Amino acid sequence: MNEKPNLLTILDVVAGLMILVAAGLVFFYVPVEVMMGSVQKVFYFHVATAWVGMLGFLVAAIAGVVYLRKGNLLWDIAGNGAVEISLIFFLTAIVLGSIWARPIWNTWWTWEPRLTTAAIVELIYAAYLLLRQGVDDPERRARFSAIYAIFGFFSVPLTFISIRMLRTIHPVVIGSAEAASQGGFNMDSPMKLTFFFSLAAFTVFFADLLWHRIRLGQLRAEVDVLRIDSYSKGE
Amino acid sequence: MKSYLNAIRAVIWKDLTAEWRTRENLSAMLVFALLVILIFNFALELDIQAQESLSAGVLWATFIFAGTIGLNRSLAVEKDRGCLDGLLLAPVDRSVIYFGKAIGNLIFMLLVEIIVLPVYSFLYQVPVFQPGFLLVVVLGSIGYVAVGTLLATMVIQARTRDILLPILLFPLSLPVIIAAVKASQGFLLMVPLTEISAWLNLLIVYDLIFTAAAFMVFDFVVEE
Repeated sequence: MNEKPNLLTILDVVAGLMILVAAGLVFFYVPVEVMMGSVQKVFYFHVATAWVGMLGFLVAAIAGVVYLRKGNLLWDIAGNGAVEISLIFFLTAIVLGSIWARPIWNTWWTWEPRLTTAAIVELIYAAYLLLRQGVDDPERRARFSAIYAIFGFFSVPLTFISIRMLRTIHPVVIGSAEAASQGGFNMDSPMKLTFFFSLAAFTVFFADLLWHRIRLGQLRAEVDVLRIDSYSKGE
Repeated sequence: MKSYLNAIRAVIWKDLTAEWRTRENLSAMLVFALLVILIFNFALELDIQAQESLSAGVLWATFIFAGTIGLNRSLAVEKDRGCLDGLLLAPVDRSVIYFGKAIGNLIFMLLVEIIVLPVYSFLYQVPVFQPGFLLVVVLGSIGYVAVGTLLATMVIQARTRDILLPILLFPLSLPVIIAAVKASQGFLLMVPLTEISAWLNLLIVYDLIFTAAAFMVFDFVVEE
């Protein structure tokens, strides 16, 4: 298992190419949106990174459930890896959203449901990493972080609903008529193509990173075992 | 079922007796809560006009901070004196320990609230004694304690246990806090019940989901 699998190398290349093509589509292919101009192009990567963020948190919650049932530390590595990757992607989505919001909403930040929920989600999973740091025993760390990942994932929809019950100005791009006043728009087919391709590209990229992260975790565990062995031999 | 309830009652009774002999947890929570109100008084310049809209927020922030202290202490005591191991050795279902500790913590939190509310109402002339408002206080406390007891049991087994509980608990309990603040604000401002009922529903849903989830995973938290 120390050898890097060929499939992973192929996935590296595919993910890299897909991200390049997605960037190419965004910059050269997709038409400029009439109302908002070129800043609207942030949208393609903004939604894609946010999607990958949520996907990773879902993966972490599922890995948590499986770990609690099966007790295989591989699932702990996967859950931890998914959270680490998703934290970065989700932060990227927030930053990209801010860049878009500055000219469109005339502010970098507003306490709107989706933005507020996004900030809280970042904090939940930052707390997840702090929890892991504070527990030394690997089994216990795995159990605790599995539980926290599940609870975190449960609480996100409730947080979103509770903030949404206040007020929203975030555009609902797909399937909403009155959204135009808040910066929503209708997508024509080149836009749809770019949008879905970006989603696919980032999903593949996520899978690739997660695979790498799981391998890293496994290698680290092996190194720990080797180190303990070498101590016990008295070297 | 009867023996299950008896076991829960035994755990609660143990906590109450221990607390009654020292009164250190409850008095710490109470003094802390009053200090928080004092700080808010100056930080927000709470006069009679401002408090109309701010009271609910100030009260809940106070309850939550005081609740965190109580939760941490209630479980840390079990760990320090090796009582948790003793509890785990008892021939009862592990969830008994969870419900016992959670209800014990809830009683402490409610006691603090029972004392803080009249004081607050005396200081700022806020009409807190209405059934709706008190219902919100109970529902909000249940949700907070349900998650808090589970997380506190985790946290006391961690190396960084002194700082970890609020970091883990605050973001998870945010739906409870928002709903509780909005619902109690609604009752204080005499908003019609139809506008508050959605927040009440949210509180009930949160309480049910998280109590059930904590009940399901508690075994894994105390497993050795």
